[in-house]
Amino acid sequence: MSTRSLSIGIGSTPKRVLPGFGLSLGISLTFVSLVLLLPLTGLVGQLADLSLAQYWAIISDGRVVASYIVTIGAAAVAAIVNAAFGLLLAWVLVRYEFPGKRLLDALMDLPFALPTAVAGITLATLYSSNGWMGRLLEPLGLQVAYTWVGIALAMAFTSIPFVVRTVQPVLEDMPVEVDEAALTLGASDGTAFRRVILPHLWPALVTGTGLAFVRSLGEFGAIIFIAGNMPYETEITSLMIFVRLQEYDYAGASAIASVILFVSLALLLAINIWQGRFIKRLHGGRG
Amino acid sequence: MSIRLQNVAKHFGNSRALEPLNLDIRDGELVGLLGPSGSGKTTLLRIMAGLESADREPAGRIQFGDRDVTNLHVRDRRVGFVFQHYALFRHMSVFDNVAFGLTVMPRKSRPTSGEIRARVHRLLEMVQLEQLANRYPAQLSGGQQQRVSLARALALRPDVLLLDEPFGALDAKVRQELRRWLRHLHDELNFTSVFVTHDQEEALELSDRVVVMSNGRIEQIDTPDALYRAPVNRFVFEFLGDVNHLEGSVRSGVLTCGDASLKVALPDGEDELLLRPHEVELVEAPTADAHLPVTVTAISPVGAEVRVELEADWLGEPWLATIRHADFERLNLARGVRLFAVPRRWHRFPEERTAAAMSLLETVS
Repeated sequence: MSTRSLSIGIGSTPKRVLPGFGLSLGISLTFVSLVLLLPLTGLVGQLADLSLAQYWAIISDGRVVASYIVTIGAAAVAAIVNAAFGLLLAWVLVRYEFPGKRLLDALMDLPFALPTAVAGITLATLYSSNGWMGRLLEPLGLQVAYTWVGIALAMAFTSIPFVVRTVQPVLEDMPVEVDEAALTLGASDGTAFRRVILPHLWPALVTGTGLAFVRSLGEFGAIIFIAGNMPYETEITSLMIFVRLQEYDYAGASAIASVILFVSLALLLAINIWQGRFIKRLHGGRG
Repeated sequence: MSIRLQNVAKHFGNSRALEPLNLDIRDGELVGLLGPSGSGKTTLLRIMAGLESADREPAGRIQFGDRDVTNLHVRDRRVGFVFQHYALFRHMSVFDNVAFGLTVMPRKSRPTSGEIRARVHRLLEMVQLEQLANRYPAQLSGGQQQRVSLARALALRPDVLLLDEPFGALDAKVRQELRRWLRHLHDELNFTSVFVTHDQEEALELSDRVVVMSNGRIEQIDTPDALYRAPVNRFVFEFLGDVNHLEGSVRSGVLTCGDASLKVALPDGEDELLLRPHEVELVEAPTADAHLPVTVTAISPVGAEVRVELEADWLGEPWLATIRHADFERLNLARGVRLFAVPRRWHRFPEERTAAAMSLLETVS
């Protein structure tokens, strides 16, 4: 029914064969508007109270800028570490059979399921100077809790599933024959990986790493307990937003939040465009 | 370069994929490994390539010419391998795919980039794809992709070319064309090739010799002609083409089965005769030797012949006869017409062999 009304509305377009287009698209758009766009619009709306100069003053405040550096630096380290270990984990999960494989596979989703605060408290206890790990690392001069290393660790913990879960299906789809073909052509294991397997996985790996990075930018609960929250040193941007909110400075909170929002959006968009180009190239520019 | 396998066997876990077997392939030969799925033909090919290792116990040996390659890694065996689904590197252009083997050679022995370029272009010319050098695999048809994969396999001038169901994923016309073209290429470049197929027509058309396999065993190795004329056992006979069965009891030189009878020079007892469709003649009246009444149930003209399906009360499964168009017109054939079949010749594989084969089949499955 809805398809018919839709095609009549558009006029000359022929009737669609797949049913439910109008209904499903309508519901999807409504949902996206309510859950995604409305809050974002609200956020931007809050900014209307600020003049451009005020906005700039808030987002370029020294303490806030320091928090950008801490957040982006730690997120970058976490993303790179996750790219390497996420790729390894996906590889192990796809290419080998071993007892407990299913368990390891299920474990990958744990960071998604676990309340981030629980993860944060656990990590903080583990790595504080009298925790299990902290006690081992302290004599080596490695301070994890209450430093940016701890922040990166918490970020890595919460975002590893992004890399594993984006690379895994691509690796599963990649025929083993491609690998074997490289070997029959005389390639060493390293060359085969570098020139055949990695380029195959590259788009998925970059996407997963990008998602992990963006997720880390906005992480709050897991980090806050392990970060120590020293102004100019271990304060993350999410915390700055939280502090503004506690001072009932909604406009200030929105201003800082908008920075994170725009950086994340720009990054996601860039990854999408880049990936689109990559896929287009495989089909010779005809997409 | 000749290939010699001695005592090569393979188990996957507890199931046996290959019985210990020997195989000699001569230098420059084009050999087809033919068998139903699960017969071990692909496993055998992959063992030759080094993509699969043979069982350690019993210790087998694989030789290419005088070279013992049993324990050699696949990358050092100098084999060209063509996969059923091409296995092209989809992020590389056609040129880069073909050049891959040359560009990953150790720096010392690697040709200069100019030489690589010239060689790749020669190969692409050979497979008639030089205009498509800058395309990506996703832009090519299946037949073109398989030709790229062949050029890629030949780039390193391998001693041995191994092809795993190379035409299996292509449509009938392209398959036919590529077959002829592979045969031509083989004769021109004179390498030793082994290919796997489950299509008996392909094996018979393309190979110098065919290795027929079933259940991890080699049933027969012979030229296509000898194979078709003198199959060593019932499996080979049945696998190489359509077969009509005639089962009955023989008494004093006459085999009877319901109201059908046929004079045969066989001892008394139960027996089964096998006939190829072209060995069945259709006539309007029974002869002195054969009284086999049948009814025509389907007619389909295929190329130079007409395929006629025959049924009768005394037949378990319908028979298939192929007759010439001239006979077809003379007999005035139509569905429902009643005729008599006369075997021009028949084949028989003594029961004990079949029984042995059957019991083996049961133990394997």
